[in-house]
Amino acid sequence: MNVFDVDAIRRDFPILSRTQGDHPLVYLDSGNTSQKPQAVIDALSEHYSRHNANVARAMHLLGAEATEAYEGARSAVAGFIGAARPEEVVFTKNASEALNLAANTLGAGLQPGDEVVISVMEHHSNIVPWQLVCERTGATLRWFDVTDDGRLDLESAERDHLINERTKIVSLTWVSNVVGTRNPITEIAAKAHEVGANVVVDASQAVPHQATFVQSLGADLMAFTGHKMLGPTGIGVLWGRYDLLASLPPFLGGGEMIEVVEMGHSTYAAPPYRFEAGTPPIAQAVGLGAAVKYLEGVGMDAVEAHDHEITAYALDKLQAIDGLTILGPREAVERGSALSFNLDGVHPHDVMQVLDSRGVAIRGGHHCARPLHKRLGHQSSTRASSYLYTTTAEIDALADALVHTRNYFAPRFGG
Amino acid sequence: MNIDELYQTIILDHYREKHHSGLRDPHDAQVHHVNPSCGDELTLRVRLDGTTIADVSYEGLGCSISQASTSVMSDLVIGTEIPHFMGLYDDFLEMMQSKGKIEPDEDRFEDAIAFAGVSKFPARVKCALLAWAALRDAVSQATAEEAL
Repeated sequence: MNVFDVDAIRRDFPILSRTQGDHPLVYLDSGNTSQKPQAVIDALSEHYSRHNANVARAMHLLGAEATEAYEGARSAVAGFIGAARPEEVVFTKNASEALNLAANTLGAGLQPGDEVVISVMEHHSNIVPWQLVCERTGATLRWFDVTDDGRLDLESAERDHLINERTKIVSLTWVSNVVGTRNPITEIAAKAHEVGANVVVDASQAVPHQATFVQSLGADLMAFTGHKMLGPTGIGVLWGRYDLLASLPPFLGGGEMIEVVEMGHSTYAAPPYRFEAGTPPIAQAVGLGAAVKYLEGVGMDAVEAHDHEITAYALDKLQAIDGLTILGPREAVERGSALSFNLDGVHPHDVMQVLDSRGVAIRGGHHCARPLHKRLGHQSSTRASSYLYTTTAEIDALADALVHTRNYFAPRFGG
Repeated sequence: MNIDELYQTIILDHYREKHHSGLRDPHDAQVHHVNPSCGDELTLRVRLDGTTIADVSYEGLGCSISQASTSVMSDLVIGTEIPHFMGLYDDFLEMMQSKGKIEPDEDRFEDAIAFAGVSKFPARVKCALLAWAALRDAVSQATAEEAL
């Protein structure tokens, strides 16, 4: 596909032709989970219909086919993110598990006095695993603050020597799931590497939306999830530099992650299998492989350009609404497509409800980022998040529905 | 589904007026309940006089449904006996889980009948239940305290 044609893309997603009552579905919750193209739905169906068996340990023909499909998906994902080799791709069940894997293995050697650095804009899944490992090891958890407009506060970090000789791990989100900010990972990673720290990147909101080259990003480990990039739920990825992965202890113990098991002791398989105990999400990996192929067919530069255009359009459109406050960056510069806002006097839950009654699906709440909301002075917010199938007409429908919401509640709340 | 069934005038009036709001002393127990999926938070205090719920006071951040539910519940239970509240709690819970099928008794539920409409919106049921669960917790803490 050479020319980006959003109408043609929409035809690949059966769910987008759904209606909600009299309203066409306007799906603006892709930051939560993306919709799936027919190619992914077919890949799942084809796998279960024709090739289903366990992987690696099943020696029959179907087992070989399933293994080939599963490992093919690993190679596809590795190629998609520019990994040096497929063995750098560890399949998990989601990004949260990938981050827990990172925290538990990379964090296993932490000691009192060591420091782990995160940021206040992290999703809870890049906060809680580090809190747990710091509590267990006695290491200290520190974090980047954000500026009032939702950018990482690099100046105060510099002033406070946030990254210093005690820093062992820096774990940051690449793109914020709430305010959309894209963080300067490469620059921060260079500072972290100077003091010998490892860098973990939560790329859940980045990999689905832009071309990714892990080898030049600066990350040592990177987590993301399949269901936000057109793939099925139940499949996530931890990418790691192979030599780092090879130095890490296992996470979960069980079948297929071992080399030799004695009753007193076991030795472990090489990466990625060391980190894939038990039967993995096979069909889900195959589905993710199909999603990656679909995205490559469209072209990630085209996806990014479309996202950018929609985000810029939405920022203009929403800021024209009286009583609407955008959280985070107000212009489409170094930002992803998540767009959070509040409507004066109307709670996000109530905004969400009225929008839903008009077929507009968005998310209301704290989006698993309570500390960021607290820092920005909001208890919660409403988030619209777009993707390659989002149209400007859908942004218009969102804006109209928001004006309707404001007008629906104003007389009722005014008494 | 028609959202006017959800946003009934009774609910929006209570959301605006928030009867009995503000944290008051003396109190016998204070609880903090949250709805982790959406972030709604409620700090609620109860004062008992023997087996009577003498006062319910609260401060909360949340949507119209959770705030209105707290106001309506306070009106219903202040000055009543603990067993009466526990009975109401069970019946309110049953109504909220009924997907609109249970017609509440207006004499017993007063303004809380409006929440029968909310029960048709499964995603909002937990908003309506936040205050009720908080008060039940506060009452059991206060009575446990008294038994010591």
